[in-house]
Amino acid sequence: MTERTELTERPERTDRPRTEPLLRLDDVRATLQLRGSEQVLLNGVSFTIEAGEALGLVGESGSGKSLTTRAITRMLDPGFRVSGEITFDGASVLGMNAAQLRRYRVGDVGMIFQDPRAHVNPVHTVGDFLTEALVHTKGVRREEAEHRAVVLLDEVGVRNAEQRLRQYPHELSGGLLQRVMIASVLLAEPRLILADEPTTALDVTAQSDVMAILDEQRRARGLALLFITHDLELAAACCDRLAVMYAGEIVEQGTHVYDAPTHPYTVELMGARPSIDERHDRLPVLRYNRETHEMLKAQA
Amino acid sequence: MSNQSEAIVVARNLQKVFPAPRGSKGEPIVAVDDVSFELYPNECLAIVGESGSGKTTVARMLVGLETVTAGELTVRGESRAGGVKHLADRRRWAQEVQYVFQDPYSSLNGRQRIGDIVESSVALHAKGTAGKRETRNTALDILDSVGLGTQFAEKFPHQLSGGQRQRVAIARALAANPAVIVLDEAVAALDVSIQAQILNLLTDIRAEREVSYLFISHDLAVVNQISERMIVMERGIVVDSGATAELLAHPVHPYTRSLRAAVPRPGWKPLRRERLASAPGSAAPAPSPSPEMPAA
Repeated sequence: MTERTELTERPERTDRPRTEPLLRLDDVRATLQLRGSEQVLLNGVSFTIEAGEALGLVGESGSGKSLTTRAITRMLDPGFRVSGEITFDGASVLGMNAAQLRRYRVGDVGMIFQDPRAHVNPVHTVGDFLTEALVHTKGVRREEAEHRAVVLLDEVGVRNAEQRLRQYPHELSGGLLQRVMIASVLLAEPRLILADEPTTALDVTAQSDVMAILDEQRRARGLALLFITHDLELAAACCDRLAVMYAGEIVEQGTHVYDAPTHPYTVELMGARPSIDERHDRLPVLRYNRETHEMLKAQA
Repeated sequence: MSNQSEAIVVARNLQKVFPAPRGSKGEPIVAVDDVSFELYPNECLAIVGESGSGKTTVARMLVGLETVTAGELTVRGESRAGGVKHLADRRRWAQEVQYVFQDPYSSLNGRQRIGDIVESSVALHAKGTAGKRETRNTALDILDSVGLGTQFAEKFPHQLSGGQRQRVAIARALAANPAVIVLDEAVAALDVSIQAQILNLLTDIRAEREVSYLFISHDLAVVNQISERMIVMERGIVVDSGATAELLAHPVHPYTRSLRAAVPRPGWKPLRRERLASAPGSAAPAPSPSPEMPAA
């Protein structure tokens, strides 16, 4: 990793409190030089996730949701300048050396993406994909790894697991492949799952299915989850707390967001979504824009 | 149902069979089977179902992108089941039924300016009666009616956002002055704020001119907002149909109920489909040919 990081001056903490959250982002700012000017893509992003807790990060395209996950895993492009503090279990992610970073990425965080097909090698079998990490990074014997994979596939609701191991990704439907992705993440036994729009490409029934599995497995194992979505309703159903992003900033977060939003952007976003229960003559259109955003910030 | 006027589109026992994938020993795939519906003037009919339910195949047969295996499909009384024979037919059919695709990034020609995209559609369907300037003005008017000012005419698709591109796709469809517009998951790829704008635009268009929508979607909330009637498809067949508001408020058919139950809403919790269907413990032998195995 050649990314340039600026660490904020901060005294070494020796008396770390026991209540230190699993993940903490403190005033994270990510900037990029574009055509001679500095673009601020993440601006003062701060949140915490406790062990076993689920946080829903909600926002529209371009709001910085995915960049946030990339910052957490230090996978931003080298051109980014990142400042602020990201700690995982008390350790500074931005300060990790190569070996620490690798251990953190392999062992501590698991990632699930929107398009599972883009993340599996199409010429390798599902079995190879699932056992690769165990065999190569954890030194588990192949037979043992396969056994674990079969058990997990069964737990995430994939039937005929042994047969599936010999199949190729193109032979599986999107919903099924996403469950394989979840199994692959669980196999690595991480402490935090980063799920970036994991159900956006799926039908409603497959979405319900995949979210139920993710939710149930996460709770059973006490894993923390950062769930990224554009769907406030889905996030509210699967997360303990919500954070709403706009233009690289978190405008509102907490347990109240869904039931009683206070920020005008959240209120308008919730109003613009068509409802299954009632029909509007016209849907309310978002009037919140960058100008309103800057004005509100100036007032605050 | 508006029985006072004659249906524009009538589908009777429509069937589409695709040959088995090459190299496989499988059976031919029945994508659409025994589908019947009518689309009346100035209404919005939604076709709802999961991926693989055959809803898009129905739409593609309607515009002549797929041939009809069996059954009858007519537009204004003229059969479309035989397929396109002449270019003139293709053009006349296109004037009656236009198609808006899901992905506004791939459905526009990246090398054509926005104004030219709409203008060529106007010129194609104006039957040579309009002059160059008149055609251009009509194109600009149509762009204006979908909320894109004159300054957009000189831009290329890559300079536009997803919502703006979908407006261009709608403008291109309107340029033919069609009786029917097929909207195939036309708002599925858009952000919530943009989706609301496009849904409102579709409502406005219907207030201004007589046009029917065949609205294909898997999103029941969107369907509730836009359509008066809906049909529900599952694995190629119509399992349920009726007034949208009624079907969603009191779903009776088990498939409609499960679709309805899967929509996130206040107080909703995600449900596991498989584990609910089959008894817990998975002691029962699972059927070996899982229906999910061959994905398209």
